[in-house]
Amino acid sequence: MTEKIYSKRSFFRQYIGSKQGVIGAVMLLLVIMTALFAPWIAPYDPYEPISATTEDVLAPPGPGHLLGQDEIGRDVFSSVVFGARISLLVGFAASLIMILLGCTVGLVSGYVGGRLDILLMRITDGVLVIPSLPLMLVIIAVAGRGIGLIIMVIGLFSWPYTARVIRAQVISIKERQFVMRAKAIGVSHFGIVMVHILPQVLPVIFASITLDISAAILAEAGLSFLGLGDPTLISWGSMINQAFSRGAVSRGAWWYLVPPGFLLAWVTLGLNLVSNAIQEIVNPRLRTHNLFDERKILSLLGRLRNYPSSQGGE
Amino acid sequence: MDKIENIIRKFGFNLVTLVVVIVFNFYLFRIVPGDPVAMMASPRMKPETRELIREQFGLDKPLWLNFEGMRAEGEISTLFESQFVYYLKNLAKGDLGQSFRQNKPVAELIGARIGPTVLLILTGEFIGILFGTLLGIISAWKARGMIDVTTQIVGLIAYSLPSFWLGIILLMLARGYLPSGGYVTLGVTYATTIEHWLDIGKHLVLPASTLALLLFGAYLLIVRNSTLEVLSEDYILTAKAKGLSSFQILWKHALKNASLPLITIIAMDLGYALGGAIQIETIFSWPGLGRLMFEAIGQRDYPVLQGAFLLLAVSVIMANFLADLTYSLLDPRVED
Repeated sequence: MTEKIYSKRSFFRQYIGSKQGVIGAVMLLLVIMTALFAPWIAPYDPYEPISATTEDVLAPPGPGHLLGQDEIGRDVFSSVVFGARISLLVGFAASLIMILLGCTVGLVSGYVGGRLDILLMRITDGVLVIPSLPLMLVIIAVAGRGIGLIIMVIGLFSWPYTARVIRAQVISIKERQFVMRAKAIGVSHFGIVMVHILPQVLPVIFASITLDISAAILAEAGLSFLGLGDPTLISWGSMINQAFSRGAVSRGAWWYLVPPGFLLAWVTLGLNLVSNAIQEIVNPRLRTHNLFDERKILSLLGRLRNYPSSQGGE
Repeated sequence: MDKIENIIRKFGFNLVTLVVVIVFNFYLFRIVPGDPVAMMASPRMKPETRELIREQFGLDKPLWLNFEGMRAEGEISTLFESQFVYYLKNLAKGDLGQSFRQNKPVAELIGARIGPTVLLILTGEFIGILFGTLLGIISAWKARGMIDVTTQIVGLIAYSLPSFWLGIILLMLARGYLPSGGYVTLGVTYATTIEHWLDIGKHLVLPASTLALLLFGAYLLIVRNSTLEVLSEDYILTAKAKGLSSFQILWKHALKNASLPLITIIAMDLGYALGGAIQIETIFSWPGLGRLMFEAIGQRDYPVLQGAFLLLAVSVIMANFLADLTYSLLDPRVED
């Protein structure tokens, strides 16, 4: 009898069966493709200097310019497509820092326990409690607006939540019998964490990564909107900042304002859907309850029967 | 006994966090490239003012501790003639320095901005919590039904929208119907206080709705999930077996237990709400702390930025400590 909570196959099968999981994944894939193939999708290069006439300024959508033009005559559609690259770059890079820090702290803290756990969790809570946007804002305002620094600052101050979630999962797993057995036959601590615990924590890590990426993308957009983005790059946040500060609202230039915000919402929504789907697989208590219609419970139970609960019951 | 010990431990821990924030806040604004006097004092200031700042902040003294001075003079008290100790002393007096751009103390500038921010946060939080909790509970009760799916989608979308963008869109949509910015209509004298408040209220509608929408999504999803977890407890089944109606069960058992995590989350999210407020205040020219910080960034008014950040950080740390206390008083299961 297996005691492991997830096998790769049943996890994958459940994920494919989740409507929101599939929708979210497709939404993300579309944006990633857009970012990768930006030069082929966008009709213009938004980084190229252009000569524009007064008619080009904030011109509404028309032939040649699918989403109109911005305040210096650039093609909004092209900017939005290229903006995906910067927003995703910041999202992935910053979430990598978060997940490395969060995983290390969470695994060590949860597995080792004791004083080290207390110390690490105090530090985690300390970072968690400091308001992150104001913190990033003062650091970047003082230290400069490079993309590298923005990624570092977002990554270094947003990991505590991930660490907490992973620690909780490690604690719920480390006392299980398959871990105990591995210990009994003399597997090293490192081996136990890497071979026996880490694979069982993976779904939670994936759920965290998706939320981390969306947090990082929104953080970059928020900073750029406040004028603290990298001035040499076009991101969705910096587009909204320029549209807002250069009079798109009073001119009613919705074609300039709406697309970057819509794509930001699109990406974060996709990421949230993926994370939701994973969490429902990991925590089956989110799927049914005692005020449910009995017939519904029965039909759900039929579907759930093959998948043991992660909430213990040992 | 254990409880008191626990509270003291938490207090100590929060105190340490506070000290780290103060040290960080001091250090960050001293590592800026360039002369510290140039950093702290604007070149536009009169020489006398610059001299005053130099003296007040001890900018000719070393950063942390004055070892050289102590060795030279042989007095231990000289050890504490450093920039950091001066900073702490000024802080204790409530002196946050002088603004670069406006010839006013930072504390005074910040003080004038607290009221609007508190008003905005309270209104936004109240609306967000009210709708989030209500819809979250209904959504969990009718889980997997039409209402649930719809509210979950609405909640997820609200949660995914960047707040500043949402604000701009609302601003565009409401153009002509509601004031587009500011705190009061300029150049109007009010016959009564009520009229004054009504005018503020009218200006508050858009920024508060934006903040409420930003928070609503998160609260809805959290309450839904925690209610679902509560509803799958055995005592809910018992209550149902006793013949209580679904409404009674939701009201008496589920709401209480499901709203417990909300207390922590509201406090934890205060930092998030304040971050959102910076963007929202910027959009609607709402004269709060966030707008002040935004203006300070543009003008490189570092003392204002430093002071405002310190105030925000201290408020959030204190709110979390209070939430921790409330939680451990309300939930008898909390030991650590």
